[in-house]
Amino acid sequence: MRVKPSWTLFAAASGLAAAPAAANAAELSVSVEIPRLSVAEYHRPYVALWIENADQAAMKTLAVWYDVKLKNNEGNTWLKDMRQWWRKAGRTATMPADGVSGPTKAPGKHQVTFSGAQLAGLAPGQYALVVEASREVGGREVVRVPFAWPPKAPARPAQAAGATELGAVVVTAKP
Amino acid sequence: MSALRFAAVAALLGVALAPAAAQAHRSWLAPSATVLSGAQPWVTVDGAVSNTLFYADHVPMRLDGVKAVGPDGAPVAIQNGATGKYRSTFDVQLASPGTYKIANVSEGAMASYKQGGETKRWRGAVGQLATALPKDATDVQVTYSSRRVETFVTAGAPNTTALKPEGKGLELEPITHPNDLVASEKARFRLLTDGKPAAGVEVEIVLGGVRYREKGPELKVTTGADGVFEVSWPEAGLWWLEATVQGADASGARKSSGYVATLEVLPD
Repeated sequence: MRVKPSWTLFAAASGLAAAPAAANAAELSVSVEIPRLSVAEYHRPYVALWIENADQAAMKTLAVWYDVKLKNNEGNTWLKDMRQWWRKAGRTATMPADGVSGPTKAPGKHQVTFSGAQLAGLAPGQYALVVEASREVGGREVVRVPFAWPPKAPARPAQAAGATELGAVVVTAKP
Repeated sequence: MSALRFAAVAALLGVALAPAAAQAHRSWLAPSATVLSGAQPWVTVDGAVSNTLFYADHVPMRLDGVKAVGPDGAPVAIQNGATGKYRSTFDVQLASPGTYKIANVSEGAMASYKQGGETKRWRGAVGQLATALPKDATDVQVTYSSRRVETFVTAGAPNTTALKPEGKGLELEPITHPNDLVASEKARFRLLTDGKPAAGVEVEIVLGGVRYREKGPELKVTTGADGVFEVSWPEAGLWWLEATVQGADASGARKSSGYVATLEVLPD
């Protein structure tokens, strides 16, 4: 077993939300496009967003969109279908998690922003924002978008696109 | 008894046959999933001895010797067991998070001897051997066989308590966790015989689903002096791994130990 990313790092980060903003106005803005698919049976995908370092080790889970409201946390049953996220971070996490868990999203573009405080603890360096989507009776796809942290001016959006389960993923690290 | 029936019965008893016959009949446990999430998930497992991996086309695995060990090292119940014409099936609930080992462990003895100039054979439980052979038997050659057929499943984060070797027969000591296998990463395991490194043993590794391919992929690797072997998976899938060790004990009796594991390798 490889050394796994620390979920506690995230917990610490979320705890830091109340800590002094440390004059850090930097933020990570992410746009995720969920494509509209013409299929007989459509279910909204489960989607995980996380940050990986240069070794592709997960540093921090930012968001997990799944059936968070099913009774008895039954949505957790399929979290493992986001295989890369599950192996790197999900299986050592407790779900649902405040500030991370969210409901599934409809097809379209979804804009989410993560504050510098949420990303506290990231050493300066090159990272990737990773999005993994897994759809019931459908496929799975992973998209990686590189970014540098802390961000430097001027903010330049970086983009990558999936071919099947994800559309464009645009990441803007704003100083 | 036809050769086929003989092979089938021997396979059921867990008795190792001559290599040619052993190759034709592969024992396996095939779990419905190996990596699970959610609270107290279930797996359903098929067990069979078949020619084609993992299709039940020959005889079912008998469930008498099937046991599961949980993440704390304690036994876990085998539920809803049933044996059909070609396969057995059973369920295991993963009531607490961690790694479970599901294993069919069997032991047996085989003896060949001469009685009145005629060569005869006997096979059965080790405990019956002392009383099973006729008093006028000569040229007695005994073979003790042991065989483990295993698979692994994990709910939530993997742990290693259930993977601890028992120090008996041929066993696999994972270095890479068996539920942490992905196609892009090499995996390493150690083969142990009676708890000691099994050096220079050939391990055969076969991908399931051969029915829909011309052949393979099949790999052969050999353990090093420390019993360790490394596998580079050509692709994701349900893989079957087998090794056999032959030897003799101090009394001159032959020993044959077999090990089989079903391992799921996931895509990246």
